[in-house]
Amino acid sequence: MSEAQHIVKSYGQELQLLRGLMTAMGGMVESQVALATDAILHQDADTATRAVELDLQVDQQEREAEQLVIRLLALRQPMADDLRQVVGAMKITAAMERIGDYAKNIARRSIVLGQYRLPFSLAGVANMSRLVQENLKLVIDAIGENDADKANQVWQADLAIDEIYNSIFRELVTYMMEDARNITPCTHLLFIAKNLERIGDHATNIAEHVHYAVTGEALREDRPKGDASAYAVVRLPNDAAPR
Amino acid sequence: MSETANSLPMPARAGHPAPGMGAMAARSGALNPARIAIRGLDFYYGTNQSLKKINLDLPAQQVTGMIGPSGCGKSTLLRVLNRMYSLYPGQRAEGEVLMDGQNLIAPEMDTNALRSRIGMVFQKPTPFPMSVYDNIAFGVKLHEQLSKSAMEERVEWSLTRAALWGEVKDRLSGSAMGLSGGQQQRLCIARTIAVRPEVILLDEPTSALDPISTLKVEELIDELKRDFTIAIVTHNMQQAARCADQVAFFYLGEMVEVAPAAQLFTAPKQKRTQEYITGRFG
Repeated sequence: MSEAQHIVKSYGQELQLLRGLMTAMGGMVESQVALATDAILHQDADTATRAVELDLQVDQQEREAEQLVIRLLALRQPMADDLRQVVGAMKITAAMERIGDYAKNIARRSIVLGQYRLPFSLAGVANMSRLVQENLKLVIDAIGENDADKANQVWQADLAIDEIYNSIFRELVTYMMEDARNITPCTHLLFIAKNLERIGDHATNIAEHVHYAVTGEALREDRPKGDASAYAVVRLPNDAAPR
Repeated sequence: MSETANSLPMPARAGHPAPGMGAMAARSGALNPARIAIRGLDFYYGTNQSLKKINLDLPAQQVTGMIGPSGCGKSTLLRVLNRMYSLYPGQRAEGEVLMDGQNLIAPEMDTNALRSRIGMVFQKPTPFPMSVYDNIAFGVKLHEQLSKSAMEERVEWSLTRAALWGEVKDRLSGSAMGLSGGQQQRLCIARTIAVRPEVILLDEPTSALDPISTLKVEELIDELKRDFTIAIVTHNMQQAARCADQVAFFYLGEMVEVAPAAQLFTAPKQKRTQEYITGRFG
């Protein structure tokens, strides 16, 4: 974005307002993910409820951003970097809304999970959530500061999240094979891990939109991806290969 | 004369490119080969240099939009293209404006013949104080000897191409001054195309028109580029975005950037272009 001010100041202020809405919304979904993670790790239903309730505000924020985008397009007819920012804002807030939904889903599952005594550690999920939250924070900074380099950093960092997800997947399948009583909590944990992985993907998508809005150039298509769980097979010793 | 469809064929003219090419490539971002190639063009009003080393291609059967703040040289460039400047002492152009291998600004160039090949339409409609019919026929008579029926055919063709025939066919002998502003401007466009030019230059053709008349002229431009190579100077950025295949941004006599319209308005390469089109200039 250009440092020069808009001649029509109210236009510049509206673009600033849109950016403010995005970062505020980003902050909200960041808290949602943090609360949902705490709810899992501490088996705390109150925290989970707060994460779920926050989603209403996130949705409200998205509608506000959408209204502002439509108004800007109709009344200001933005061009060049302004146009990219405005269209980007619409896609970014939509991605944030999805992140909020995933966080809400994680929080709900944590309530179910709270009813089980887990005979294994949640370190993997905790670790994964930490990486996801770091990425989320970085991409929200990138939005606030119009920083294409930070966006690029987020885009690169998603590979590590995918790799942790793969190891969690294998770990949980193993627990389920060891003891059928683990199946319910592990299934919820699998979904939780999958939701975290999706949140990471959306952070990456946001990074792509930020990069395009700031530079006018798309990040290349072949992003480093590491989610191999779709192909993963976990077998007991002496187990026959699946047909 | 009977009413004819808008797709009336253009009277043949030697060396004229095949119609349809422009429409096919319509605003895909791909640009046709140059009809006019401007190379190293400098222009001076006395000692004041108002165009500096301009290099620009006008792609055949496409619309080139020229934008920039007042005094940036965009209208001057149009005046160079059809040698309007040579009517005034103390104004001179250096460099090359190439069309079919000829340098249009060479002193030996026949300016009358040139202006029949490169027509121009101005900001304010300038109909002659005569009938609608004579407004069209007047210019044609300067260049061609046509029979009465051939002239009638030419007048109908021009007015049809200018999307005005339906509105004036019953009042061809009425004064052109009685037409609305938008109709007058389309009459001026009809008058320009009546001499079957190859290139049409439009200098802010809609700045004096209401929004609906403006859209009619823009639709007309879209139609006309099937047959003509068009350059349009406009202060209205959205108009350049709507009409032009390629857009050139001028500032202080320099051409800062030229690119296909979609690229220039979404991701311009130059900071000055970006600041101008986003309204952050200066």
